[in-house]
Amino acid sequence: MSSPVIALIVLLISLGYFFVGTRLTSGLAPNGSRYHSRPHYSGLYAALLAFLPSSLLLVTLSVGDDLVFQRLALEFVPEAVSSAEGFKEIIVLAQIENVVNGINFGEQADYIYQAAEAWKGWLATATTLKTVSVIGLCLITGFFGFLKLGPDFRSRNAVERIILAILASSSAIAILTTIGIVFSVVFESLRFFALVPVTEFLFGLTWNPQFEGAERAGSGQMGLATYGSVPLFMGTFLISVVALSVAVPVGLFSAIYLSEYASSRARSIIKPLLEILAGVPTVVYGFFAALTVAPFIRSTGMSLGLDVASESALAAGLVMGIMIIPFVSSLSDDVINAVPQSLRDAAYGLGSTKSEAIRKVVLPAALPGVVASVLLAVSRAVGETMIVVMAAGLAANLSLNPLDAVTTVTSQIVTILVGDQEFESAKTLSAFALALTLIVITLGLNFGALQIVKKYREQYE
Amino acid sequence: MDNMRAPVEMEMSKLPNLTVGDVYVDTPRMTTRNVNVFYGDKMAIDDVTLDIAEKQVISFIGPSGCGKSTFLRCLNRMNDTIDSCRVEGQIKLDDQNIYDPHIDVVPLRASVGMVFQKPNPFPKSIFDNVAYGPRIHGLASSKDELDGIVEASLRRAGLWEEVADRLDQSGTGLSGGQQQRLCIARAIAVSPEVILMDEPCSALDPIATARIEELIFELREEFTIVIVTHSMQQAARVSNRTAYFHLGRLVEVGETSTIFTNPQHELTNSYITGRFG
Amino acid sequence: MSEPRKGIIPPQVAISRVNASLAARRAGERRFRTYGRIAIGIALAFLVLLFVSIFTKGIPGFFQYYVTLEVVVDREKIDPAGDLSVQSLYDGDARGIIRNALYKATGAEGRSGRKAAGKLISKGAEQRLREAIIKDPSLLGKTVAMKFALDDDADSFLRGYISSAVPEKDRRINDKQIEFINKLQKLQLISYDFSDYLIFGSASRDPEIAGIKGAFVGSMLTLAVCLVLAFPMGVATAVYLEEFAPKNRITEIIEVNINNLAAVPSVVFGILGLAVFIGIFGMPRSIPLIGGVVLALMTLPTIIISSRAAIRAVPPSIRDAALGVGASRLQTVTHHVLPLAMPGMLTGTIIGMAQALGETAPLLMIGMVAFIVDIPGGVTDPGTVLPVQIFMWADFAERMFIHKTSAAIIVLLGFLILMNAIAIFIRNRLERRW
Repeated sequence: MSSPVIALIVLLISLGYFFVGTRLTSGLAPNGSRYHSRPHYSGLYAALLAFLPSSLLLVTLSVGDDLVFQRLALEFVPEAVSSAEGFKEIIVLAQIENVVNGINFGEQADYIYQAAEAWKGWLATATTLKTVSVIGLCLITGFFGFLKLGPDFRSRNAVERIILAILASSSAIAILTTIGIVFSVVFESLRFFALVPVTEFLFGLTWNPQFEGAERAGSGQMGLATYGSVPLFMGTFLISVVALSVAVPVGLFSAIYLSEYASSRARSIIKPLLEILAGVPTVVYGFFAALTVAPFIRSTGMSLGLDVASESALAAGLVMGIMIIPFVSSLSDDVINAVPQSLRDAAYGLGSTKSEAIRKVVLPAALPGVVASVLLAVSRAVGETMIVVMAAGLAANLSLNPLDAVTTVTSQIVTILVGDQEFESAKTLSAFALALTLIVITLGLNFGALQIVKKYREQYE
Repeated sequence: MDNMRAPVEMEMSKLPNLTVGDVYVDTPRMTTRNVNVFYGDKMAIDDVTLDIAEKQVISFIGPSGCGKSTFLRCLNRMNDTIDSCRVEGQIKLDDQNIYDPHIDVVPLRASVGMVFQKPNPFPKSIFDNVAYGPRIHGLASSKDELDGIVEASLRRAGLWEEVADRLDQSGTGLSGGQQQRLCIARAIAVSPEVILMDEPCSALDPIATARIEELIFELREEFTIVIVTHSMQQAARVSNRTAYFHLGRLVEVGETSTIFTNPQHELTNSYITGRFG
Repeated sequence: MSEPRKGIIPPQVAISRVNASLAARRAGERRFRTYGRIAIGIALAFLVLLFVSIFTKGIPGFFQYYVTLEVVVDREKIDPAGDLSVQSLYDGDARGIIRNALYKATGAEGRSGRKAAGKLISKGAEQRLREAIIKDPSLLGKTVAMKFALDDDADSFLRGYISSAVPEKDRRINDKQIEFINKLQKLQLISYDFSDYLIFGSASRDPEIAGIKGAFVGSMLTLAVCLVLAFPMGVATAVYLEEFAPKNRITEIIEVNINNLAAVPSVVFGILGLAVFIGIFGMPRSIPLIGGVVLALMTLPTIIISSRAAIRAVPPSIRDAALGVGASRLQTVTHHVLPLAMPGMLTGTIIGMAQALGETAPLLMIGMVAFIVDIPGGVTDPGTVLPVQIFMWADFAERMFIHKTSAAIIVLLGFLILMNAIAIFIRNRLERRW
């Protein structure tokens, strides 16, 4: 029996319990007293008890079986094949699945057929097991709930408790995610720091993970891999600075103009247009940066006699700045609007021009919020990945010249982790160490922004 | 049965076409002629003609919503900050129509200062609050001169003794009454000739109120003061003249003592005897 | 001795000083205003530049060049086993049939001539022929006119990217091929049509047959998983935190965590997926299920925060009224608060989904970069998503790929606009303002 059919049966059984339970508890109890809760709550209780455990089991088994089979099937692949150059699990699995489904594209290796045969066997066993266990569980737990129904049984409260438990546990998922992130990143980072000292990572000036364990061409010498992350942070810093030097002036002045000078009609048109900049996927920005902006900057620079890399930090930073403009302008706009009108009235009443009132009264009052929004923009810039992967280079260059190619922390994380890796090598683990520093920096910036806002909020409350 | 209807509406038919009392004075600082004010389509001020006498205190009284604050804000063109507000008529300061398109609003507001209902000191130091006006207008040519302006303004506002030793502390840290005196000092610092006050004491406790009223009484030797108040007692205490507004019209104006003891119009009489509030 | 004047400046002097300051201050005011206008101008200019750049490159990507050939469908040649099975067609010589038609149309002779002609047509042409036969077996034995895609070099030439002025050895198209193309054009056999390959084709290294169908289906599957996981969990968490959670330490910790998660870069979620699901649980990479889970975790904070705001916007008086007639707290929430807050929740969820649709980095981390030709049939089949497809195509240098990548971007942006429009529609029409 296939999973959807089993699910249907579980549903039907639960519905059955619901109806029986409801009917049973309508009207008066056998001993003449009234039931505590309305009948559908009793029915719901039995139905929930039937449905929840068994559907959980069904989902786990259904998702799990394919995966378990894949693991087991790969065992059939002989050692010689799996350790060979260019071996791809996915392709072999696809071949096995094709045979299982009866699609034959030419001759396959023997082990493929063997794996497929075994697969068919597992499938049969698993299906029977699934059917029996799930349906059985459903009947049993439902019956158990059904037995409890009686005039004194507070079924509505019981049902509500179950629902509350479900709600609370979904909140726990949020915690689990954080724990998961911290756990996975810290754990792997610690393994990295067992191989590479922390001081080299934090203060080293060369980043060269490629040559891990590989011979340098012809020299017979094992290449030395170095994991000094300073060039990466320098690159992140450089590109972020370029990005912010575009985003902050443009964003701030846009916010000032929109909130203080623009008519409400202009504001209602321009503000959504600026928001569009925030909605464009970063891969599109990366494409734009790599294909349009970088060549343009390169050719302009060349014609001015400057030496511009084809993947300059300037190009990536410029496009990133465009992307961040709405972050700065939107948040600043909110903050500026929050400044009480009474302060503006006081300034105007004394004879200030509009720009004087803004520069000397409104902006200083809004400053904590504006600073916070800039910090959040920095955090966004530091964590940005696609634009730098596509438009900035991969060369770990220790440079502050925006016309050079540099690489960033995020770009390296992607480069290292995309593709096949062994979880044991220092190269792969270094990505986790980078991710750890990234998390620390972004959370630190966000925390800082929050503190600034909290500290200065008292001013007019 | 007549008493059952809202007294204010009942009196609408009794609004005079012409203001009763002494609208004109011999030495006016500001004059207003046939002023109408609209918020969108709604008329807030209806044909008000009034002289503001020099170096005197005139108070605007009347029930809530009668337009006295709106009219006050016309005198320094603060209504410009409200998009939907439209002003017609003529308002003159020293024979200059302040609504003339060529007039720059900035010097006007330096000449006609304003103190607001809720004290609104800037979140800056006490010194910077008072120095704000002189700085933006470039009134002081040296640091000494600026210090002098600040000290004199604070003295004039009766605040100097209390804050002289803490001028760098934040203005928002003062008590309500002190903040309002700070706002008055701030207004004085730009050397206005007229000071407008929009219910300056309504957010203050009685002791602070008394101090401010004393201050107003002193200030009228130097400044022309227009004060909007919903407290008739306050009007009686501090002002030379009183103008009574009702539903956007100026009903009666005259010497304060006359208004309160022997009003000429029956609406004025109804208001001050408390028939409506 | 006149000491520096102390005290308030006399009004006359003050006014003259104020008037003296006016010119400079008004100029400063004008400058300041202009800065604001320039800033907005710059931002809008970038926006326009971005869209113009994408569209000018992308619109041509929706079209490509085809050639119409008279194909003689020799029954034995194409279906040697005679049973129309996939195997038989695979063994048959569809390519030869097409080549023959091509040689006839171009008049290609001799080895070099025929070699040149053969390169003009896409390698995907033979698959198209096979599919046509399977769909309509009555074609066997007939001579039919069929449209096939031109190879991307021929396509580039026709678009004008390859100039015949360049010396032959430096070109990708040789003189003989140009001659054939001109002949075909004169015979009006070449057409510039809407590219069905873009929409219905799968990933391919050959640009002329590359398409986004696989990536699109993958995106839809991944988003579906994400929605199914994130929406119920997000709403449940928001309801719990707003209505039921006791104000204790644990609740505070949960709230702080959610706000932190909203600030974490998306890459990190991919790393989480990589380390936990793939590393520890050993699940396969590149399947929409894992992608959906990762995206769900990423979108969860957004949905929670916006749902909480929607719940908070419902006035307490509604809750009080319900409690007043004896409803339990859960009943109050489900019967009264939740329906009223639903539009706001939906809006936040749709916007979260739109963000998830455009995400690339976390899915790169969990391996959805593989070169998947088959369309994924379910959430456990390997697949890729549209943004990752764009990312991969962006690396390829062929002109046609640039066009197709931009076209794929237009499709992606189209969906994002659609989703945001729906969200705005829901917000404007269904949300009540209290």
